[in-house]
Amino acid sequence: MINAKQSDKVATGVIYSFVGIVILILVAILGYILVVGIPHISFNFLTQPAQSFKAGGGIRDQLFNSLYLLVLTLIISFPFALGSGIYLAEYAKQNWITSTIRTAIEVLSSLPSVVVGLFGYLLFVIKFNLGFSILAGAIALTFFNLPLLTRNIEESLASVSDLQRDAGLSLGLSNWRTITRIILPAALPGIITGIILSAGRVFGEAAALIYTAGQSAPTVDYANFNPMASDSFLNPMRPAETLAVHIWKVNTEGVTPDALSISAGASAVLIIVILLFNILARWAGKRIYRRMTATR
Amino acid sequence: MEKYSFEETNILKLSRKLAMETENLQVFYGANHAMFDASLQFPKNRITALIGASGSGKSTYLRCLNRMNDRISTVKGKIIYQDTDINQKSINVYEVRKHISMVFQRPNPFAKSIRENITFALKEHGIKDKEILAERVESSLRSAALWDEVKDDLDKSALALSGGQAQRLCIARSVAMQPDVLLLDEPASALDPISTAKIEETLQNLREKYTIIIVTHNMQQASRIADYTAFFHMGHVLEYDKTNNIFTNPKIKATEDYISGNFG
Repeated sequence: MINAKQSDKVATGVIYSFVGIVILILVAILGYILVVGIPHISFNFLTQPAQSFKAGGGIRDQLFNSLYLLVLTLIISFPFALGSGIYLAEYAKQNWITSTIRTAIEVLSSLPSVVVGLFGYLLFVIKFNLGFSILAGAIALTFFNLPLLTRNIEESLASVSDLQRDAGLSLGLSNWRTITRIILPAALPGIITGIILSAGRVFGEAAALIYTAGQSAPTVDYANFNPMASDSFLNPMRPAETLAVHIWKVNTEGVTPDALSISAGASAVLIIVILLFNILARWAGKRIYRRMTATR
Repeated sequence: MEKYSFEETNILKLSRKLAMETENLQVFYGANHAMFDASLQFPKNRITALIGASGSGKSTYLRCLNRMNDRISTVKGKIIYQDTDINQKSINVYEVRKHISMVFQRPNPFAKSIRENITFALKEHGIKDKEILAERVESSLRSAALWDEVKDDLDKSALALSGGQAQRLCIARSVAMQPDVLLLDEPASALDPISTAKIEETLQNLREKYTIIIVTHNMQQASRIADYTAFFHMGHVLEYDKTNNIFTNPKIKATEDYISGNFG
Protein backbone atom coordinates (compact mmCIF):
# COMPACT_ATOMS: atom_id res chain seq x y z
CA MET A 1 0.00 0.00 0.00
CA ILE A 2 1.18 3.47 -0.74
CA ASN A 3 0.03 6.35 1.37
CA ALA A 4 -1.73 9.52 0.28
CA LYS A 5 1.49 11.49 0.06
CA GLN A 6 3.17 8.95 -2.21
CA SER A 7 0.18 8.51 -4.48
CA ASP A 8 -0.03 12.29 -4.78
CA LYS A 9 3.61 12.37 -5.81
CA VAL A 10 3.10 9.64 -8.38
CA ALA A 11 0.02 11.33 -9.84
CA THR A 12 1.78 14.68 -10.03
CA GLY A 13 4.75 13.03 -11.71
CA VAL A 14 2.57 11.32 -14.30
CA ILE A 15 0.68 14.53 -15.07
CA TYR A 16 3.91 16.48 -15.41
CA SER A 17 5.39 13.94 -17.78
CA PHE A 18 2.28 13.94 -19.97
CA VAL A 19 2.35 17.73 -20.16
CA GLY A 20 6.06 17.49 -20.90
CA ILE A 21 5.43 15.14 -23.82
CA VAL A 22 2.76 17.44 -25.27
CA ILE A 23 5.01 20.46 -24.99
CA LEU A 24 7.90 18.53 -26.50
CA ILE A 25 5.83 17.56 -29.54
CA LEU A 26 4.58 21.12 -29.97
CA VAL A 27 8.02 22.62 -29.69
CA ALA A 28 9.47 20.03 -32.04
CA ILE A 29 6.89 20.60 -34.78
CA LEU A 30 6.77 24.38 -34.51
CA GLY A 31 10.52 24.59 -34.12
CA TYR A 32 11.14 22.39 -37.13
CA ILE A 33 8.77 24.36 -39.36
CA LEU A 34 10.16 27.69 -38.24
CA VAL A 35 13.84 26.69 -38.37
CA VAL A 36 13.50 25.14 -41.81
CA GLY A 37 11.12 27.76 -43.17
CA ILE A 38 12.30 31.11 -41.91
CA PRO A 39 15.54 31.18 -43.98
CA HIS A 40 13.38 31.08 -47.11
CA ILE A 41 11.27 34.05 -46.12
CA SER A 42 12.40 37.23 -47.76
CA PHE A 43 10.84 40.48 -48.84
CA ASN A 44 10.63 39.13 -52.38
CA PHE A 45 9.03 35.93 -51.22
CA LEU A 46 6.24 37.89 -49.56
CA THR A 47 5.69 40.42 -52.33
CA GLN A 48 6.10 38.42 -55.56
CA PRO A 49 3.39 36.39 -57.26
CA ALA A 50 3.84 32.64 -57.46
CA GLN A 51 5.65 31.08 -60.41
CA SER A 52 4.35 27.98 -62.16
CA PHE A 53 7.56 26.69 -63.66
CA LYS A 54 10.47 28.96 -62.79
CA ALA A 55 12.21 29.24 -59.46
CA GLY A 56 11.90 32.38 -57.32
CA GLY A 57 8.14 32.55 -57.03
CA GLY A 58 6.57 34.25 -54.03
CA ILE A 59 3.33 33.85 -52.10
CA ARG A 60 1.92 37.38 -52.27
CA ASP A 61 -1.51 36.44 -53.65
CA GLN A 62 -1.90 33.29 -51.59
CA LEU A 63 -1.13 35.16 -48.39
CA PHE A 64 -3.65 37.84 -49.22
CA ASN A 65 -6.24 35.28 -50.28
CA SER A 66 -5.92 33.47 -46.98
CA LEU A 67 -6.48 36.67 -45.05
CA TYR A 68 -9.34 37.80 -47.26
CA LEU A 69 -11.00 34.40 -46.99
CA LEU A 70 -10.66 34.51 -43.22
CA VAL A 71 -12.29 37.93 -43.06
CA LEU A 72 -15.11 36.91 -45.39
CA THR A 73 -15.73 33.70 -43.47
CA LEU A 74 -15.90 35.55 -40.18
CA ILE A 75 -18.22 38.18 -41.64
CA ILE A 76 -20.57 35.44 -42.80
CA SER A 77 -20.35 33.09 -39.83
CA PHE A 78 -20.04 35.41 -36.85
CA PRO A 79 -23.55 36.92 -36.96
CA PHE A 80 -25.14 33.49 -37.35
CA ALA A 81 -23.00 32.01 -34.61
CA LEU A 82 -23.72 34.94 -32.31
CA GLY A 83 -27.46 34.65 -32.87
CA SER A 84 -27.60 30.91 -32.38
CA GLY A 85 -25.20 31.06 -29.44
CA ILE A 86 -27.40 33.62 -27.71
CA TYR A 87 -30.47 31.55 -28.49
CA LEU A 88 -28.97 28.34 -27.10
CA ALA A 89 -27.53 29.95 -23.99
CA GLU A 90 -30.30 32.35 -23.06
CA TYR A 91 -33.58 31.45 -24.69
CA ALA A 92 -33.69 27.77 -25.60
CA LYS A 93 -35.78 25.58 -23.32
CA GLN A 94 -34.16 22.34 -22.24
CA ASN A 95 -36.16 19.92 -24.39
CA TRP A 96 -35.61 17.48 -27.22
CA ILE A 97 -35.55 20.19 -29.91
CA THR A 98 -32.68 21.97 -28.19
CA SER A 99 -30.73 18.80 -27.63
CA THR A 100 -31.28 17.82 -31.27
CA ILE A 101 -29.89 21.18 -32.33
CA ARG A 102 -26.88 20.69 -30.06
CA THR A 103 -26.23 17.21 -31.42
CA ALA A 104 -26.57 18.46 -35.00
CA ILE A 105 -24.05 21.19 -34.28
CA GLU A 106 -21.61 18.68 -32.86
CA VAL A 107 -21.98 16.41 -35.87
CA LEU A 108 -21.47 19.36 -38.18
CA SER A 109 -18.25 20.27 -36.42
CA SER A 110 -16.84 16.78 -36.87
CA LEU A 111 -17.60 16.46 -40.59
CA PRO A 112 -14.48 15.59 -42.59
CA SER A 113 -13.34 18.65 -44.47
CA VAL A 114 -13.15 16.77 -47.77
CA VAL A 115 -16.86 16.03 -47.46
CA VAL A 116 -17.62 19.66 -46.77
CA GLY A 117 -15.45 20.62 -49.74
CA LEU A 118 -17.23 18.28 -52.16
CA PHE A 119 -20.61 19.33 -50.80
CA GLY A 120 -19.65 22.97 -51.32
CA TYR A 121 -18.41 22.15 -54.78
CA LEU A 122 -21.68 20.51 -55.82
CA LEU A 123 -23.99 23.01 -54.19
CA PHE A 124 -22.29 26.38 -54.43
CA VAL A 125 -19.79 26.01 -57.24
CA ILE A 126 -21.99 24.01 -59.63
CA LYS A 127 -25.62 24.36 -58.56
CA PHE A 128 -25.58 27.99 -57.46
CA ASN A 129 -23.17 28.84 -60.22
CA LEU A 130 -20.72 30.64 -57.95
CA GLY A 131 -17.81 28.96 -59.74
CA PHE A 132 -14.48 28.48 -57.98
CA SER A 133 -14.57 31.61 -55.91
CA ILE A 134 -13.60 33.10 -52.59
CA LEU A 135 -17.28 33.37 -51.78
CA ALA A 136 -17.90 29.66 -52.34
CA GLY A 137 -14.82 28.94 -50.21
CA ALA A 138 -15.99 31.28 -47.46
CA ILE A 139 -19.42 29.64 -47.35
CA ALA A 140 -17.86 26.19 -47.19
CA LEU A 141 -15.60 27.31 -44.37
CA THR A 142 -18.60 28.80 -42.61
CA PHE A 143 -19.79 25.20 -42.26
CA PHE A 144 -16.73 24.49 -40.13
CA ASN A 145 -16.77 27.74 -38.38
CA LEU A 146 -20.42 27.90 -37.40
CA PRO A 147 -20.50 24.92 -35.03
CA LEU A 148 -17.23 25.85 -33.36
CA LEU A 149 -18.17 29.48 -32.91
CA THR A 150 -21.75 28.76 -31.90
CA ARG A 151 -20.76 26.33 -29.18
CA ASN A 152 -18.02 28.63 -28.05
CA ILE A 153 -20.31 31.66 -27.82
CA GLU A 154 -22.96 29.59 -26.09
CA GLU A 155 -20.46 28.36 -23.52
CA SER A 156 -18.96 31.80 -22.98
CA LEU A 157 -22.42 33.26 -22.35
CA ALA A 158 -23.46 30.38 -20.11
CA SER A 159 -20.35 30.80 -18.00
CA VAL A 160 -21.36 34.34 -17.04
CA SER A 161 -22.88 34.11 -13.56
CA ASP A 162 -26.66 34.14 -13.26
CA LEU A 163 -26.15 36.80 -10.63
CA GLN A 164 -25.40 39.19 -13.47
CA ARG A 165 -28.67 38.33 -15.20
CA ASP A 166 -30.52 38.83 -11.92
CA ALA A 167 -28.83 42.19 -11.50
CA GLY A 168 -29.88 43.41 -14.92
CA LEU A 169 -33.44 42.15 -14.66
CA SER A 170 -33.93 43.46 -11.14
CA LEU A 171 -33.08 46.94 -12.38
CA GLY A 172 -35.92 46.77 -14.86
CA LEU A 173 -33.84 45.96 -17.92
CA SER A 174 -35.43 43.76 -20.53
CA ASN A 175 -34.04 40.32 -21.17
CA TRP A 176 -32.53 41.47 -24.45
CA ARG A 177 -30.83 44.54 -22.99
CA THR A 178 -29.50 42.45 -20.12
CA ILE A 179 -27.97 40.04 -22.61
CA THR A 180 -26.52 42.60 -24.99
CA ARG A 181 -25.33 45.14 -22.44
CA ILE A 182 -24.27 43.00 -19.49
CA ILE A 183 -23.84 39.35 -20.42
CA LEU A 184 -22.18 39.78 -23.83
CA PRO A 185 -19.49 42.21 -22.62
CA ALA A 186 -18.73 39.91 -19.71
CA ALA A 187 -18.45 36.94 -22.09
CA LEU A 188 -16.23 38.81 -24.55
CA PRO A 189 -12.84 37.33 -23.59
CA GLY A 190 -14.17 33.81 -24.13
CA ILE A 191 -15.77 34.73 -27.42
CA ILE A 192 -12.53 36.24 -28.67
CA THR A 193 -10.65 33.06 -27.79
CA GLY A 194 -13.22 31.18 -29.86
CA ILE A 195 -12.73 33.47 -32.83
CA ILE A 196 -8.98 32.97 -32.63
CA LEU A 197 -9.32 29.20 -32.51
CA SER A 198 -11.73 29.09 -35.42
CA ALA A 199 -9.57 31.51 -37.38
CA GLY A 200 -6.62 29.20 -36.97
CA ARG A 201 -8.66 26.39 -38.41
CA VAL A 202 -9.89 28.49 -41.33
CA PHE A 203 -6.38 29.64 -42.03
CA GLY A 204 -4.96 26.15 -42.09
CA GLU A 205 -7.80 24.53 -44.01
CA ALA A 206 -6.93 23.11 -47.44
CA ALA A 207 -9.12 20.14 -48.33
CA ALA A 208 -12.42 22.00 -48.26
CA LEU A 209 -11.00 24.85 -50.29
CA ILE A 210 -9.49 22.87 -53.14
CA TYR A 211 -12.99 22.21 -54.48
CA THR A 212 -14.53 25.57 -53.61
CA ALA A 213 -12.08 28.44 -53.69
CA GLY A 214 -10.04 26.68 -56.35
CA GLN A 215 -6.35 26.11 -56.85
CA SER A 216 -5.47 29.02 -59.05
CA ALA A 217 -4.42 32.47 -58.04
CA PRO A 218 -5.11 34.80 -60.95
CA THR A 219 -3.13 38.01 -61.00
CA VAL A 220 -5.12 40.73 -59.32
CA ASP A 221 -4.76 44.46 -59.17
CA TYR A 222 -4.15 45.59 -55.58
CA ALA A 223 -4.97 49.15 -56.52
CA ASN A 224 -8.46 48.38 -57.76
CA PHE A 225 -10.80 48.80 -54.83
CA ASN A 226 -13.97 48.09 -56.76
CA PRO A 227 -15.12 44.66 -55.54
CA MET A 228 -17.20 44.28 -58.71
CA ALA A 229 -14.24 44.56 -61.06
CA SER A 230 -12.97 41.19 -62.25
CA ASP A 231 -9.34 42.03 -61.61
CA SER A 232 -9.90 43.68 -58.25
CA PHE A 233 -8.22 42.03 -55.26
CA LEU A 234 -11.48 42.49 -53.37
CA ASN A 235 -13.63 40.66 -55.92
CA PRO A 236 -15.20 37.77 -53.96
CA MET A 237 -16.16 35.94 -57.15
CA ARG A 238 -12.63 35.23 -58.32
CA PRO A 239 -10.89 31.91 -57.71
CA ALA A 240 -8.37 32.14 -54.95
CA GLU A 241 -5.71 29.72 -53.95
CA THR A 242 -4.89 30.14 -50.26
CA LEU A 243 -1.60 29.61 -48.52
CA ALA A 244 -2.55 26.19 -47.17
CA VAL A 245 -3.80 25.04 -50.59
CA HIS A 246 -0.59 26.40 -52.13
CA ILE A 247 1.51 24.38 -49.72
CA TRP A 248 -0.46 21.27 -50.57
CA LYS A 249 -0.22 21.93 -54.30
CA VAL A 250 3.46 22.74 -54.35
CA ASN A 251 4.13 19.55 -52.47
CA THR A 252 1.99 17.26 -54.60
CA GLU A 253 2.32 18.61 -58.12
CA GLY A 254 4.82 21.44 -57.88
CA VAL A 255 7.19 21.53 -60.85
CA THR A 256 9.20 24.57 -59.86
CA PRO A 257 12.77 23.68 -58.97
CA ASP A 258 12.45 25.39 -55.58
CA ALA A 259 9.14 23.74 -54.62
CA LEU A 260 10.53 22.45 -51.34
CA SER A 261 11.81 25.77 -50.14
CA ILE A 262 8.57 27.48 -51.19
CA SER A 263 6.57 25.00 -49.17
CA ALA A 264 8.90 25.38 -46.18
CA GLY A 265 8.76 29.16 -46.32
CA ALA A 266 5.00 29.23 -46.86
CA SER A 267 4.46 26.92 -43.88
CA ALA A 268 6.52 29.16 -41.66
CA VAL A 269 4.61 32.22 -42.90
CA LEU A 270 1.33 30.43 -42.20
CA ILE A 271 2.32 29.75 -38.61
CA ILE A 272 3.67 33.23 -38.05
CA VAL A 273 0.50 34.81 -39.42
CA ILE A 274 -1.68 32.67 -37.17
CA LEU A 275 0.51 33.68 -34.26
CA LEU A 276 0.24 37.35 -35.18
CA PHE A 277 -3.52 37.07 -35.58
CA ASN A 278 -3.68 35.44 -32.18
CA ILE A 279 -1.70 38.20 -30.51
CA LEU A 280 -3.60 40.92 -32.33
CA ALA A 281 -7.00 39.48 -31.47
CA ARG A 282 -6.08 39.11 -27.81
CA TRP A 283 -4.77 42.63 -27.67
CA ALA A 284 -7.87 44.00 -29.37
CA GLY A 285 -10.11 41.90 -27.16
CA LYS A 286 -8.43 43.17 -24.02
CA ARG A 287 -8.84 46.74 -25.18
CA ILE A 288 -12.50 46.31 -25.97
CA TYR A 289 -13.09 44.47 -22.71
CA ARG A 290 -11.39 47.21 -20.72
CA ARG A 291 -13.34 49.84 -22.55
CA MET A 292 -16.62 48.13 -21.78
CA THR A 293 -15.88 47.15 -18.24
CA ALA A 294 -13.52 49.85 -16.96
CA THR A 295 -11.20 47.20 -15.55
CA ARG A 296 -7.85 48.90 -15.60
CA MET B 1 -38.27 17.36 13.32
CA GLU B 2 -41.29 18.29 15.30
CA LYS B 3 -44.46 18.57 13.24
CA TYR B 4 -46.05 21.97 13.49
CA SER B 5 -49.61 22.61 12.46
CA PHE B 6 -49.97 24.79 9.38
CA GLU B 7 -53.53 25.65 10.41
CA GLU B 8 -52.53 27.60 13.48
CA THR B 9 -51.35 30.97 12.32
CA ASN B 10 -51.15 34.48 13.63
CA ILE B 11 -51.11 36.93 10.74
CA LEU B 12 -51.31 40.60 11.58
CA LYS B 13 -53.66 42.72 9.47
CA LEU B 14 -52.54 46.30 9.20
CA SER B 15 -54.62 49.41 9.26
CA ARG B 16 -51.82 51.76 8.21
CA LYS B 17 -50.84 52.71 4.69
CA LEU B 18 -49.55 49.76 2.70
CA ALA B 19 -46.75 49.65 0.14
CA MET B 20 -47.84 46.31 -1.20
CA GLU B 21 -49.53 43.09 -0.20
CA THR B 22 -50.01 39.53 -1.37
CA GLU B 23 -53.17 37.48 -1.29
CA ASN B 24 -52.99 33.69 -1.31
CA LEU B 25 -49.67 33.60 -3.09
CA GLN B 26 -48.74 30.12 -4.26
CA VAL B 27 -45.52 29.02 -5.91
CA PHE B 28 -44.94 25.81 -7.83
CA TYR B 29 -41.62 24.52 -9.09
CA GLY B 30 -42.95 22.05 -11.62
CA ALA B 31 -45.06 19.67 -9.52
CA ASN B 32 -43.42 20.80 -6.30
CA HIS B 33 -45.69 23.10 -4.29
CA ALA B 34 -43.20 25.45 -2.63
CA MET B 35 -45.34 28.23 -1.20
CA PHE B 36 -48.86 27.94 0.23
CA ASP B 37 -51.37 30.74 0.54
CA ALA B 38 -49.05 33.50 1.66
CA SER B 39 -51.08 36.60 2.49
CA LEU B 40 -48.98 39.42 3.88
CA GLN B 41 -49.31 43.18 4.05
CA PHE B 42 -46.25 45.39 3.90
CA PRO B 43 -46.52 48.82 5.53
CA LYS B 44 -45.13 51.82 3.71
CA ASN B 45 -41.77 53.23 4.83
CA ARG B 46 -41.14 50.41 7.26
CA ILE B 47 -38.71 47.54 7.32
CA THR B 48 -40.27 44.10 7.24
CA ALA B 49 -38.10 41.05 7.87
CA LEU B 50 -38.86 37.57 6.56
CA ILE B 51 -37.28 34.91 8.76
CA GLY B 52 -37.30 31.13 8.78
CA ALA B 53 -35.05 28.14 8.28
CA SER B 54 -33.36 27.30 4.97
CA GLY B 55 -35.90 25.99 2.51
CA SER B 56 -38.81 27.64 4.31
CA GLY B 57 -39.72 29.56 1.18
CA LYS B 58 -38.87 33.08 2.31
CA SER B 59 -36.49 33.81 -0.59
CA THR B 60 -38.92 32.25 -3.04
CA TYR B 61 -41.64 34.49 -1.66
CA LEU B 62 -39.44 37.59 -1.88
CA ARG B 63 -38.47 36.91 -5.46
CA CYS B 64 -42.13 36.72 -6.43
CA LEU B 65 -42.74 40.26 -5.27
CA ASN B 66 -41.04 41.78 -8.31
CA ARG B 67 -41.70 38.82 -10.56
CA MET B 68 -38.10 37.58 -10.54
CA ASN B 69 -39.36 34.03 -10.12
CA ASP B 70 -41.26 34.03 -13.40
CA ARG B 71 -38.56 32.24 -15.32
CA ILE B 72 -38.25 29.27 -13.03
CA SER B 73 -41.63 28.76 -11.37
CA THR B 74 -45.37 29.21 -11.60
CA VAL B 75 -46.76 31.86 -9.30
CA LYS B 76 -50.47 31.99 -8.49
CA GLY B 77 -52.40 34.43 -6.34
CA LYS B 78 -52.43 38.19 -6.14
CA ILE B 79 -49.57 40.61 -5.63
CA ILE B 80 -51.13 43.98 -5.09
CA TYR B 81 -49.09 47.10 -5.66
CA GLN B 82 -50.68 50.52 -6.10
CA ASP B 83 -54.14 48.93 -6.24
CA THR B 84 -53.11 46.72 -9.14
CA ASP B 85 -52.53 43.00 -9.20
CA ILE B 86 -49.06 42.87 -10.72
CA ASN B 87 -49.11 39.10 -10.96
CA GLN B 88 -50.87 39.14 -14.31
CA LYS B 89 -49.62 38.29 -17.76
CA SER B 90 -50.52 41.73 -19.12
CA ILE B 91 -48.30 43.53 -16.60
CA ASN B 92 -45.01 44.92 -17.91
CA VAL B 93 -42.57 43.23 -15.54
CA TYR B 94 -39.75 45.57 -16.49
CA GLU B 95 -41.83 48.52 -15.37
CA VAL B 96 -42.68 46.69 -12.12
CA ARG B 97 -39.00 46.17 -11.38
CA LYS B 98 -38.31 49.88 -11.74
CA HIS B 99 -40.66 50.40 -8.79
CA ILE B 100 -39.80 47.27 -6.86
CA SER B 101 -36.08 46.74 -6.97
CA MET B 102 -34.03 43.89 -5.61
CA VAL B 103 -30.65 43.32 -3.97
CA PHE B 104 -29.32 39.78 -3.87
CA GLN B 105 -27.52 37.58 -1.41
CA ARG B 106 -24.17 37.69 -3.17
CA PRO B 107 -22.91 41.10 -4.31
CA ASN B 108 -23.26 41.23 -8.08
CA PRO B 109 -21.80 44.49 -9.36
CA PHE B 110 -21.49 44.76 -13.12
CA ALA B 111 -18.04 44.47 -14.66
CA LYS B 112 -18.07 48.22 -15.16
CA SER B 113 -16.78 51.25 -13.31
CA ILE B 114 -18.39 52.25 -10.02
CA ARG B 115 -20.04 55.22 -11.68
CA GLU B 116 -21.33 53.17 -14.60
CA ASN B 117 -22.74 50.57 -12.22
CA ILE B 118 -25.13 53.25 -11.04
CA THR B 119 -25.71 55.19 -14.24
CA PHE B 120 -26.04 52.16 -16.50
CA ALA B 121 -29.64 51.27 -15.70
CA LEU B 122 -30.61 54.94 -15.46
CA LYS B 123 -29.31 55.55 -18.97
CA GLU B 124 -31.12 52.46 -20.19
CA HIS B 125 -34.30 53.99 -18.82
CA GLY B 126 -33.74 57.19 -20.73
CA ILE B 127 -32.06 59.51 -18.24
CA LYS B 128 -29.34 61.21 -20.26
CA ASP B 129 -28.82 64.50 -18.46
CA LYS B 130 -25.25 64.49 -17.10
CA GLU B 131 -26.12 66.61 -14.08
CA ILE B 132 -29.01 64.41 -13.05
CA LEU B 133 -26.82 61.33 -13.46
CA ALA B 134 -24.00 62.83 -11.41
CA GLU B 135 -26.46 63.87 -8.73
CA ARG B 136 -27.99 60.38 -8.60
CA VAL B 137 -24.54 58.80 -8.33
CA GLU B 138 -23.63 60.95 -5.38
CA SER B 139 -26.95 60.79 -3.56
CA SER B 140 -27.35 57.04 -3.96
CA LEU B 141 -23.78 56.35 -2.86
CA ARG B 142 -24.30 58.63 0.12
CA SER B 143 -27.48 56.87 1.15
CA ALA B 144 -25.68 53.55 0.87
CA ALA B 145 -22.92 54.96 3.10
CA LEU B 146 -20.35 54.34 0.39
CA TRP B 147 -19.68 57.81 -0.97
CA ASP B 148 -16.78 58.72 1.30
CA GLU B 149 -15.00 55.47 0.49
CA VAL B 150 -15.24 55.66 -3.29
CA LYS B 151 -15.76 59.29 -4.27
CA ASP B 152 -12.23 59.56 -5.69
CA ASP B 153 -12.40 56.22 -7.49
CA LEU B 154 -15.69 56.49 -9.36
CA ASP B 155 -14.07 55.50 -12.64
CA LYS B 156 -12.32 52.45 -11.23
CA SER B 157 -13.73 49.00 -11.75
CA ALA B 158 -16.43 47.96 -9.32
CA LEU B 159 -14.88 44.48 -9.31
CA ALA B 160 -12.02 45.81 -7.21
CA LEU B 161 -14.34 46.66 -4.29
CA SER B 162 -14.47 44.51 -1.17
CA GLY B 163 -17.52 42.30 -0.64
CA GLY B 164 -19.14 44.76 1.75
CA GLN B 165 -18.47 47.72 -0.49
CA ALA B 166 -19.74 45.84 -3.53
CA GLN B 167 -22.96 44.98 -1.71
CA ARG B 168 -23.47 48.60 -0.71
CA LEU B 169 -22.83 49.55 -4.34
CA CYS B 170 -25.58 47.13 -5.34
CA ILE B 171 -27.90 48.78 -2.84
CA ALA B 172 -26.90 52.20 -4.19
CA ARG B 173 -27.55 50.95 -7.72
CA SER B 174 -31.08 49.97 -6.75
CA VAL B 175 -31.66 53.15 -4.77
CA ALA B 176 -30.54 55.28 -7.72
CA MET B 177 -33.54 53.98 -9.63
CA GLN B 178 -35.67 55.65 -6.92
CA PRO B 179 -37.92 52.66 -6.46
CA ASP B 180 -40.81 52.46 -4.02
CA VAL B 181 -39.95 49.15 -2.53
CA LEU B 182 -36.54 47.64 -1.94
CA LEU B 183 -36.36 43.87 -1.69
CA LEU B 184 -33.24 42.45 -0.08
CA ASP B 185 -32.45 38.74 -0.16
CA GLU B 186 -30.07 38.06 2.74
CA PRO B 187 -27.93 41.03 1.73
CA ALA B 188 -25.43 40.60 4.56
CA SER B 189 -25.09 36.84 4.77
CA ALA B 190 -21.87 36.78 2.76
CA LEU B 191 -20.31 39.67 4.67
CA ASP B 192 -18.24 40.16 7.79
CA PRO B 193 -19.72 41.79 10.93
CA ILE B 194 -18.34 45.26 10.20
CA SER B 195 -19.75 45.28 6.67
CA THR B 196 -23.00 43.88 8.04
CA ALA B 197 -23.24 46.74 10.52
CA LYS B 198 -22.74 49.22 7.69
CA ILE B 199 -25.45 47.58 5.61
CA GLU B 200 -27.83 47.76 8.56
CA GLU B 201 -26.98 51.40 9.08
CA THR B 202 -27.67 51.96 5.40
CA LEU B 203 -31.07 50.31 5.66
CA GLN B 204 -31.98 52.46 8.67
CA ASN B 205 -31.18 55.53 6.58
CA LEU B 206 -33.21 54.28 3.67
CA ARG B 207 -36.39 53.48 5.50
CA GLU B 208 -37.45 57.13 5.60
CA LYS B 209 -37.89 57.08 1.87
CA TYR B 210 -38.40 53.45 0.95
CA THR B 211 -40.35 50.43 1.97
CA ILE B 212 -37.88 47.66 2.72
CA ILE B 213 -38.56 43.94 2.78
CA ILE B 214 -35.57 41.89 3.83
CA VAL B 215 -34.98 38.17 4.02
CA THR B 216 -32.52 37.29 6.73
CA HIS B 217 -31.11 34.23 8.46
CA ASN B 218 -29.81 36.37 11.23
CA MET B 219 -32.44 36.84 13.93
CA GLN B 220 -30.47 39.50 15.76
CA GLN B 221 -30.44 41.40 12.52
CA ALA B 222 -34.19 41.10 12.17
CA SER B 223 -34.74 42.26 15.75
CA ARG B 224 -32.31 45.15 15.29
CA ILE B 225 -33.66 46.64 12.11
CA ALA B 226 -37.15 45.36 11.33
CA ASP B 227 -40.42 46.98 12.36
CA TYR B 228 -42.42 43.91 11.37
CA THR B 229 -41.38 40.29 11.05
CA ALA B 230 -42.90 37.31 9.28
CA PHE B 231 -41.95 33.74 10.18
CA PHE B 232 -41.90 31.20 7.35
CA HIS B 233 -41.97 27.45 7.81
CA MET B 234 -42.02 24.85 5.03
CA GLY B 235 -43.72 27.09 2.54
CA HIS B 236 -46.25 28.51 5.00
CA VAL B 237 -46.32 31.85 6.73
CA LEU B 238 -47.10 30.92 10.31
CA GLU B 239 -46.78 34.22 12.08
CA TYR B 240 -46.62 37.87 11.13
CA ASP B 241 -46.55 40.61 13.70
CA LYS B 242 -44.62 43.58 15.03
CA THR B 243 -41.01 42.53 15.48
CA ASN B 244 -41.20 43.20 19.15
CA ASN B 245 -44.12 40.81 19.58
CA ILE B 246 -42.49 38.12 17.48
CA PHE B 247 -39.34 38.13 19.55
CA THR B 248 -40.79 38.67 23.02
CA ASN B 249 -44.23 37.17 22.82
CA PRO B 250 -44.73 34.83 19.87
CA LYS B 251 -48.21 33.32 19.63
CA ILE B 252 -47.22 30.28 17.60
CA LYS B 253 -45.18 27.39 18.96
CA ALA B 254 -43.05 27.05 15.82
CA THR B 255 -42.03 30.70 15.96
CA GLU B 256 -41.15 30.44 19.61
CA ASP B 257 -39.07 27.33 19.03
CA TYR B 258 -37.31 28.90 16.07
CA ILE B 259 -36.31 32.12 17.78
CA SER B 260 -35.28 30.35 20.95
CA GLY B 261 -33.16 27.86 19.01
CA ASN B 262 -35.21 24.77 19.86
CA PHE B 263 -35.96 24.13 16.27
CA GLY B 264 -35.48 21.03 14.18
